[in-house]
Amino acid sequence: MKTVEEIKAAIEKAVPGAAVEIVMNPGPSAQNSLRIGKDHALSIATFLRDDAELALDFLSNLTGVDWPDKEITEKVKIPKQVLKTVDGVEQTVEELVEETRKRVEPGHLEAVYHLYSMAKKHGPVVMRMRTANRTDDVTLPSLTPVWRSAEFQEREVFDLYGVEFKGHPDLRRILMWDGFKDHPMRRDYVDPDDFEYEPTPHDEVLARAQAHKNKEQGAGNPNQVVQEQAASGGGR
Amino acid sequence: MAVDEGLKIELGKQGVIVTSLQELYNWGRRSSVWPMQFGLACCAIEMIATTMARYDMARFGAEIFRPSPRQADMMIISGTVTKKMAPQVVRLYNQMAEPKYVIAMGACAISGGPFKQGYNVLKGIDRYIPVDVHIPGCPPRPEALLQALMTLQKKIDGQPLTGDNRPPFLDAEAPGEFPVPEQGEHDLEPTSNKGVWPVPLVIR
Repeated sequence: MKTVEEIKAAIEKAVPGAAVEIVMNPGPSAQNSLRIGKDHALSIATFLRDDAELALDFLSNLTGVDWPDKEITEKVKIPKQVLKTVDGVEQTVEELVEETRKRVEPGHLEAVYHLYSMAKKHGPVVMRMRTANRTDDVTLPSLTPVWRSAEFQEREVFDLYGVEFKGHPDLRRILMWDGFKDHPMRRDYVDPDDFEYEPTPHDEVLARAQAHKNKEQGAGNPNQVVQEQAASGGGR
Repeated sequence: MAVDEGLKIELGKQGVIVTSLQELYNWGRRSSVWPMQFGLACCAIEMIATTMARYDMARFGAEIFRPSPRQADMMIISGTVTKKMAPQVVRLYNQMAEPKYVIAMGACAISGGPFKQGYNVLKGIDRYIPVDVHIPGCPPRPEALLQALMTLQKKIDGQPLTGDNRPPFLDAEAPGEFPVPEQGEHDLEPTSNKGVWPVPLVIR
């Protein structure tokens, strides 16, 4: 099979103006992937499927990745005028001063596609696509017209990550119910506080148990009342 | 009515059966507990195995799995109850005719099991409907389900027909129908039926 570099070159030759980037995988699998721009996605996908040599006719897996906003703290050395006493004389000297700067790298949602070829018996080719951000511009083109197997998987990514696939024939939630508002696989999803905590919680569960306890005490502990009600009958 | 157990056996040897209405009634109920044909997850596979020739649940009177809640006496919650499924489970329970019993089979049906900390799984069906017998296990062995059925039969046998301890279906005041939870924007609403399942107080 062609390497990702060769596939990138083939795509750029076949689809003019296609933005293709190679994302290296430094792990032992070395499964490098192609990140494609969403504008030409449909023609790139059609090319990958119909090209005689690649013939990637099977979309095996489609999933999502959430990249939240990342705050990056870095130390920069900046030349600055500083008042200093040199040889007993006060004078301004230019000096490199270290400064910490914070910047926020905006997050985005990503869809990952694993493509195989049934005809050529090769694969996978990993393809990625990113949305502009993760709040208001979360659209990606649907690849259901190219690979039928994308239909349910795009619905799943829509359900759990909130990516809207434009051109999907039937974009509804697939796992959660229709009235559900959240996207549970996003990193900032808050779970419902609905389980009894074990007697010896630790780590994340301990933090949640503590928050649960605080909330309970803040409300004057309604559970006590409920227990008394249950004890006085009504239980089956 | 108390009849001496030894006297009963002695009379039985002579061809005379002595019984009470309560005994007869409970014998009839416990010997024909028809389960509902209803499986949720991997526990359902064990439940199916229990009904087949090797374990043969029919020996105990839980004979025919009925595909309609109207004809069933017992609901075996066999597996994970997701929050998407929970309203349907409660609705099916409401549609069953009295007397009705519930066996919560496996860790998931009892408490959410391995999915307890998940966002999409109900942490035990007893949050919405009363459960008669809980079976631990993941999944429980067929023997455990048979044991649960026998436990339920013992429970039925011990129920008096009158008095304060009579079963709920003989008590006009007891609730026969349980509110079906709504699927809300973030979670089921309400998160539990307080009359059935008092929220446990975590003391530490």
